[in-house]
Amino acid sequence: MHAKTDRTVMNKNDKLEFLNIDTSLYQTRISNKFRSRKPYQPADPKIILSFIPGTVLDIFIEPGQNVSRGELLMILDAMKMQNKLKCSMDGKVKSIAVKKGDKVSKGTVLLELE
Amino acid sequence: MPVNKKIRELQEKREKVLLGGGEQAIEKQKAMGKRTARERIMALLDENSFNEYDLFVEHDARDFDMDKKSLPSDGVIIGSGTVYGAPVAIFAQDFTVAGGSLGLMHSRKITKIMDHALKMRMPLIGINDSGGARIQEGVNSLAGYGEIFFRNTISSGVIPQISVILGPCAGGAVYSPALTDFVFVVDNISKMFITGPEVIKTVLGEEISMEDLGGARVHSEITGNAHFFALSEEECFEQIKKLITFIPWNNGQKARMFEPGEPKPEYNINKIVPEDPTLPYDVKDVIRAIVDNSDFFEIMELYAKNIVIGFGRMGGRTTGFVANQPLEMAGVLDVDSSDKAARFIRYCDAFNVPIITLVDLPGYLPGVDQEHAGVIRHGAKVLYAYSEATVPKLTVILRKAYGGGYIAMSSRHLRADFVFAWPSAEIAVMGPEGAANIIFRKEIMSAVDPDSMRKQKVEEYKTKFANPYVAASRGYVDAVIEPSETRKFLMHSIEVSENKDVSMPFKKHGLPPF
Repeated sequence: MHAKTDRTVMNKNDKLEFLNIDTSLYQTRISNKFRSRKPYQPADPKIILSFIPGTVLDIFIEPGQNVSRGELLMILDAMKMQNKLKCSMDGKVKSIAVKKGDKVSKGTVLLELE
Repeated sequence: MPVNKKIRELQEKREKVLLGGGEQAIEKQKAMGKRTARERIMALLDENSFNEYDLFVEHDARDFDMDKKSLPSDGVIIGSGTVYGAPVAIFAQDFTVAGGSLGLMHSRKITKIMDHALKMRMPLIGINDSGGARIQEGVNSLAGYGEIFFRNTISSGVIPQISVILGPCAGGAVYSPALTDFVFVVDNISKMFITGPEVIKTVLGEEISMEDLGGARVHSEITGNAHFFALSEEECFEQIKKLITFIPWNNGQKARMFEPGEPKPEYNINKIVPEDPTLPYDVKDVIRAIVDNSDFFEIMELYAKNIVIGFGRMGGRTTGFVANQPLEMAGVLDVDSSDKAARFIRYCDAFNVPIITLVDLPGYLPGVDQEHAGVIRHGAKVLYAYSEATVPKLTVILRKAYGGGYIAMSSRHLRADFVFAWPSAEIAVMGPEGAANIIFRKEIMSAVDPDSMRKQKVEEYKTKFANPYVAASRGYVDAVIEPSETRKFLMHSIEVSENKDVSMPFKKHGLPPF
């Protein structure tokens, strides 16, 4: 059948890439969702991230200060709630990445321990 | 001829109310590219078929000076009519009257037409264009929404429910469309969200436009909340009308029969599918090569494109199609495509529509994001939906059917009534490369030239197992057929399934993994 009338012929401009499923490489289109997925990174207990978007209301520690497990680090105002951020381990504050009044989005680095 | 005074009085009363929110408000509505509620109903229904009810309903609110305000028809129009002769109940919110806000009487009009639709077992169409709850009416307005949601749920699976979003639909209001069968949206007009951009900005500090948050494209491509996307209200109405031709009026009936017609010759079924299972093609072409007049009506075209769902007709009978799409993400099953397919399968089952499944998939999409998004739970929906469906289930394995994907896609084991396979079918526990690497690991590792040994073993596996005949020898496949015989076999199978009758053990309801 002539290509012009044969509607089953795929458009040559279709952008095809390879997708690996069970060690076979399939030629196909890749979705935006798959392309923009975040690569997995294991959580680092020494880096404290905001678990919710909000505003830094208060900071109770300083760089260089020794902190112990359960100690209050910051208050994060989010969703009309004052969330207490407590230390998850014994350690020393290496650096603080935010200041009072900062608006932070979810996953922002708040401080780092060592 | 003198007109009776009382009749003239009625005419005058009508005229006043028919103007809705008045000329200025109508002008504003038009400036937004929107039609008025009545224009929409007229555009959707057959000419002169609309009977309006509750034209003179008025609100009864007293607080906040509401007693001084007149809201014609309380901002919503209800009635019944026909679409291509099919009876439908309809409501349309009138944005020109108090922003289409929902108060007690407004909600009572909607629930009245919903009750009517359920009682008369006819489809319900709801046109949403509303700023949300009428704050002045307080908890009465919330009660109104609750009454609507309850009826949406009770009517679900009994009568078809169609939601058309032609304006804002925000906050709690979005849950009525979400509970219905099909949601239609129009570019730049439809807006749906639970919390709007203003709230998101003040609470979370994130700035986003209404369109990017909950516009028609977002719901068609990202969230999967919408089933049909149109560029204009006109196109949207054409889509709704076409959908109505495919579905039955209630769950006690079958869809109307249409004059059958052969598929168009330009869809040459022998030439669509490449032999090499790693090469793509558009599976919609296979569907068009099978259905009457090559007329395939796709649903959720822009969402989870790795699976294709929609309606077509086989010998004049409405049939639902579910097909893996090798052109997109190699046709894998993943969280979104499982969700999309499972819901459609349940729709077909609820409304007596036979399901044809076209299989060509390498399996499930690997990835941390998929596992953490719950691909186990979402993938299970497909197994559940196929297993519980008692409508005729017909399966054609076009090419690959590997592993769990083979089982999930309407296999014999989930009680497909007929399973056909093309000679190009590869029904196996996994793809030849993966399988050979595991089975012949020792031989490959210890070979002088592992690469050529691997190739040899892959070829060996392909010849032995990458075919339809192993499954056919166990009766898991009923017939290996030539592609050109597909329509004939399917038409016959649907014909002989006309009186299919299976019974399931009694239960109040099952527990599908949602």
